Amino acid sequence: MRTLTLRLSLTALAVLSAWSAQAVTLRVANQGDALSMDPHSLNESLQLSVVNNVYEPLVTRGRDYKLTPALATSWKQTAPTVWRFELRKGVAFHDGTPFSADDVIFSYERAAGDGSDMKGYVGQIKEIKKINDHAIEFVTKTPFPILPELFTGWMMMSKKWSEANQAVKPVDRRKGIENAASFRANGTGPFRLRERQPGVRTTFSRNGNYWGKIEGNVDEVVFTPIGNDSTRIAALLSGEVDVMDPIPVQDVERVKSNPNLKVMQGPELRVIFLGMDQKRDELLFSNVKGKNPFKDARVRKAFYQAIDIETIKSRVMRGAAVPIAQMFPSQVRGYAPDLAQRLPYDVEAAKKLLAEAGYPSGFELKMNCPNDRYVNDAEICQAVAANLAKIGVKINLEAETKGTYFPKILRRDTSFYMLGWTSSTVDAHNVMYPILSTPGEGGRGMFNLGAYSNARVDEITTAVGSETDDKKRNTLIREAIKIHQDEVGHIPLHQQALLWGMKKNIELVQWPDNIMPWKYISAK
Amino acid sequence: MVAALIAFICIFCSVFAGWVAPTNPFDLAQLELSDARLPPAWLEGGTGKYLLGTDDQGRDILSALIYGARISLVVGLASVIVSVAVGVSLGLLAGFRGGWLDTVLMRLCDVMLSFPAILVALLIAGVGRALLPNAHEGLAFGVLIISISLTGWVQYARTVRGTTLVERHKEYVQAARVTGVAPMRIMLRHVLPNVMGPVMVLATIQVATAIITEATLSFLGVGVPPTSPSLGTLIRVGNDYLFSGEWWITIFPGLMLVLIALSVNLLGDWLRDALNPRLR
Repeated sequence: MRTLTLRLSLTALAVLSAWSAQAVTLRVANQGDALSMDPHSLNESLQLSVVNNVYEPLVTRGRDYKLTPALATSWKQTAPTVWRFELRKGVAFHDGTPFSADDVIFSYERAAGDGSDMKGYVGQIKEIKKINDHAIEFVTKTPFPILPELFTGWMMMSKKWSEANQAVKPVDRRKGIENAASFRANGTGPFRLRERQPGVRTTFSRNGNYWGKIEGNVDEVVFTPIGNDSTRIAALLSGEVDVMDPIPVQDVERVKSNPNLKVMQGPELRVIFLGMDQKRDELLFSNVKGKNPFKDARVRKAFYQAIDIETIKSRVMRGAAVPIAQMFPSQVRGYAPDLAQRLPYDVEAAKKLLAEAGYPSGFELKMNCPNDRYVNDAEICQAVAANLAKIGVKINLEAETKGTYFPKILRRDTSFYMLGWTSSTVDAHNVMYPILSTPGEGGRGMFNLGAYSNARVDEITTAVGSETDDKKRNTLIREAIKIHQDEVGHIPLHQQALLWGMKKNIELVQWPDNIMPWKYISAK
Repeated sequence: MVAALIAFICIFCSVFAGWVAPTNPFDLAQLELSDARLPPAWLEGGTGKYLLGTDDQGRDILSALIYGARISLVVGLASVIVSVAVGVSLGLLAGFRGGWLDTVLMRLCDVMLSFPAILVALLIAGVGRALLPNAHEGLAFGVLIISISLTGWVQYARTVRGTTLVERHKEYVQAARVTGVAPMRIMLRHVLPNVMGPVMVLATIQVATAIITEATLSFLGVGVPPTSPSLGTLIRVGNDYLFSGEWWITIFPGLMLVLIALSVNLLGDWLRDALNPRLR
């Protein structure tokens, strides 16, 4: 009897281990969900992180975050404004259609067209020419040396599939437009979308016909959004999920002390900042009528100086943040080390500035804030509201989930908001162009939601795009940083830290832009 | 007696919150972030300034409890008053008029009862918020009160209808009708006073339910704004810190909620006994 039981359980064990050797399922949890599966609909890290495993750009990044070929095998600049990209042969989309130059042209038109959130990635292109099925030529408006870096954020879609599924235009959440690309996907990536239940669970399976080598051993990925911090940490502790991002800062020690779990911490390229509506003549959500207090740099400076960033770092972020004075961190090309000093935290000075600007007793203002996007986002906003109360500014805080938050602020339906930005090219231009420039054509100023505007900064941004001399380029960037700092175009808060929690047996690659490439994940 | 005492203390503290509470937790200017997450005074690291510790924003838990209890009581009482008004008038109408009106109203009650109350309240609060996107803080309370009371009126309507059906066949009603008193007057002057006994008892018990519903809605994040936390909001905030050992943020508001609900309930029981002539 005993031997029988033993034998039975051994068989069961053998079957189990054979089964687990066959199918490795990775359960990933995040504080929010990707808002759609469309790779051109929202330029947000989490959405990119998920969609990046299904769709691919021409150029991507490798394990070490260096540029590597993806759907293009090589590229070269044939003239200052002309680039030739050789496309990879023998690549098929998940539905079997071969990938060709026509798909690149289609993806360009889609990403540059109406409703796309990715205009910034293709905004430098003036013309696109098909040389043959596997070679393509881009003509840029001005010489643009970092075009390959910029292309890492531009995903390729199948022309045939998009046309057949009425998904020729991107999903536009701002206008509430959804289409098949929201719920289904057909990319060339290492994983294919199997089942999508928005807000509940999304399942992906390994693409057996992938053109490259998938280094990891994961066969199936189950992605689950768990908004509540304590529920998410409980899921990791109980073994319900294998990887989760982010660990609530208050629970880092607890995860570290658990023998089955580990924490991967690293600097994230993301800078969290506050933006202010500087365009409208009257703020949408304030008790100041007939004028816009944010048009006065002294008011913006007063807000800046009223924020006690060090206490936010120690209390709200528990040290997992680096207060910052610029709109991009030191890892990004173009950072000016000599401009690293923040304006001092000084309540008296802030009060004085506010009085000089004509608001001695402050004013009332609504602040918009996400509550499930950045690390402790709503808590930071509450702390900022408390800080501002000390200089007489009464904040009505509206903290909400990103599903309603992003469409709202992208419509510019806000007076005072929070945003985080990662330079996907790891270059200052990818911050200056979408965030610091006056809103305009080709994705310019697309995420400059308060419409900060300075003619010289615009000029420098254009010049930086085509400048190849590093020294000259850095001098120009430094000048723009200085202007933006002096005018307080935005209020930079801090660079947040990446905090991923996972089981001990998981090996993965953590990119500093908070994107998780599943093809490198191994479960031992 | 104990219940009455506790209820009295709660109500007293809430009414005079401004004088009783050490700080005003809703005044953002008084918050000190550097004092965030301090433990209660008797634990290591706690200070006498914050007897029950502070939350993640440096809010004094004791003051937040007192102010939070005020919100809970106000919302609880107001929504019970609204639902009594709605429920009693509809019940009276249904019982007195009978016929198709009775059928329609009672089927409506059945429909309302077939949904969990919290679900209906969530729906109304959600829709209300969507319709009033730029609502002022005051409006948020209005929406909350209405959403709770719209789920609570059914019980009153049913109780009152039942009693009205009994009362309207009694001789004094017949007598009034014979002498030519208008139906409206009979309803309000003769029947209404006689059906109010059970309603009063029900209402007291419902205050506790309404308080808990409010806390649940705030816990789920559709209640009062985060800058003026009620007990439910405090419990939710504290929930995130349970694993990291800062238990006081969630435990004290939870205890307070239990205490208020319990004392109001006991008060209701006592009232039922006091109003019941057979037990005297």
